[in-house]
Amino acid sequence: MRKILTRPEFVPAVLLILAFIAGTIQSPYFLDVRYLLDSTGPYAETGLLVIGLTFVIISGNIDLSVASNLAFVACATAKLAQIGLPMPAAATIGVLIGGLLGAFNGALVAYAKLPSFLVTLGTLALFRGMAQALMGSASVQVPSSFVGADRLDLPLLGVPLPFGIMIVFVVVLGLTLHRTIFGRWTFAVGTNEEAAFFASVPTPAVKFRIFVLAGLLAGLAGVLIDSRLGVARFDHARGLELEAITAVVLGGVSITGGRGSMIGSLLALLLIAVLKTQMILANITSEVQLTVTGTLLIVAVAITGVATRLSAPRKA
Amino acid sequence: MLAKVAKSREMRTLILVILVFAIAAFKEPRLLSASSISSILLWIPLLTVMAVGQMLVIVTRGIDVSVGSMLGLSGMLTGMLFRAHPDLNLALGAGASLGIGAVLGLINGGLIAWAKIPPIITTLGTLSVYRGLTFIVSGGHQIDSNNIPSALTEWSLRGPVTIGGVTLPWLLVFALLAVGLGYFLTNKTVLGRNLYAIGSRPEAAHLRGVPVGKSVFACYVICGALAGFAGLLYASRYGFVNPATAGSGMELTVIAATVIGGCDVKGGSGSVGGVLLGCILLGVVNVALAVLGVAADWQVLVYGSVILIALGLDAFASRRQAKEVAA
Repeated sequence: MRKILTRPEFVPAVLLILAFIAGTIQSPYFLDVRYLLDSTGPYAETGLLVIGLTFVIISGNIDLSVASNLAFVACATAKLAQIGLPMPAAATIGVLIGGLLGAFNGALVAYAKLPSFLVTLGTLALFRGMAQALMGSASVQVPSSFVGADRLDLPLLGVPLPFGIMIVFVVVLGLTLHRTIFGRWTFAVGTNEEAAFFASVPTPAVKFRIFVLAGLLAGLAGVLIDSRLGVARFDHARGLELEAITAVVLGGVSITGGRGSMIGSLLALLLIAVLKTQMILANITSEVQLTVTGTLLIVAVAITGVATRLSAPRKA
Repeated sequence: MLAKVAKSREMRTLILVILVFAIAAFKEPRLLSASSISSILLWIPLLTVMAVGQMLVIVTRGIDVSVGSMLGLSGMLTGMLFRAHPDLNLALGAGASLGIGAVLGLINGGLIAWAKIPPIITTLGTLSVYRGLTFIVSGGHQIDSNNIPSALTEWSLRGPVTIGGVTLPWLLVFALLAVGLGYFLTNKTVLGRNLYAIGSRPEAAHLRGVPVGKSVFACYVICGALAGFAGLLYASRYGFVNPATAGSGMELTVIAATVIGGCDVKGGSGSVGGVLLGCILLGVVNVALAVLGVAADWQVLVYGSVILIALGLDAFASRRQAKEVAA
């Protein structure tokens, strides 16, 4: 029993069920599967950030720059398409730019040994500033053939394309996290970096790769947002890092590293999606939603802190 | 001796200030005009007041990204107080802004020192919560200039000294008071020394009997109080308080000023003198960019670069220091 209670997925799973029950009571339309699926567009983008951040935070670091990375990639991709690059090429370069920005973070954290929260606080401003310097306050149209991936359904499954992409990444990277050496190394670095190093884990390389991964996923999210909104602006996804980090810690990932699971993060993402849908249905303004998300972040960290202490082996 | 002075972080920042100012003034002599100097002098105080608090926090290896939102909420509440009681004594208003900020800082400090939630997460959360609360208490309406007492606006327009058409505004006097307070705290009080001990090595500080929790808590309360006071200065400087824009994003400028002023981001070192120079540097850069005609679109990029360059310099310096110790 104690084992179930202290699993990282436990808290988000219970909260998700409660939120569903509350949602059904609140509005009969809430359980309309089509409505729920149609509103997954923005959450697929958040989801990609969440997947990357799950690795980053389990390794004991943080990446505050993911939403700015997303915005810069969205702007750069649209600009590339505007100067005449075919869209598939522009999108590919966009994702790679995301990886490059992630590599910049990774190099500073892993090799220059700087604290990740400060590095990524700096790049949060830098990447957003680069997007703003590139675009000014103008918005750039995306070629119309590329618009609307979120309204395309995958054949057979009937789920929207971005949501499908996100699920594929959850499965593949979930297996990477929980079933491969790289995943074990990620946990090892987050639990005790020094010990991991002496156990011959290539700690700098692991951290570097994790930041590159988070950057690539943010880049992909940037391409998806272009397709969903049809225009690129420098202020896309402003503050989205808050929502993504909240999902990760609400999903049971310990903010000090070494503990967490991909399923937990996914459940928490769904929980946040359900809560936001409820708040929108209840006409709650976006500023109040901001207050709720901020509170949720702090409460989630406090809860996981207690859970981590409970699940840790008792000191003799 | 000279080599030592040249190596000190304060000296490095001072040289940078002079260099930037000289190059910018050479390219665009308008920077030397009374109006440019005045706008630099008006731009620095808000930043300085907040940076002194931020410094105390960074010295303990912490960070407070909620300062911009604390400025907004305190400025809004104080503005509403003035709207409801137009004849309110300014000193009472100042006390209110300090008190509101202190309460907000108290929440940060409590979560960090006793609930043991990492500073970046706590203040990232309260950054949103306080901004949301600013909207909720104001109903989304801004405080207009006719609700702000003219005596408060005077703080930005008049000052005790005028040299050659340049007025040193009262705002600057308050900023220097904050710097004085920071100097006194860090150099003359037990709390100040404890903050450095904690930042140098938390475990060792605890073993030496430093009350780690209480000291960390105190520095967030002070940081909050100063950010709250900056809310009042904001109302004086801009003549209105908008729930969305007041202090929004200012945390980046404040942190940039603090780290460029020589606060080691790994804790344990930093001086108010350096921080003041960091604020002056950013003030010069900011006004120089405007005078040189660089679009406002580039500002965020500059702050981000400043933070990263300061981080890089720190990493470089501490690596060399480690080598020297080893040699």
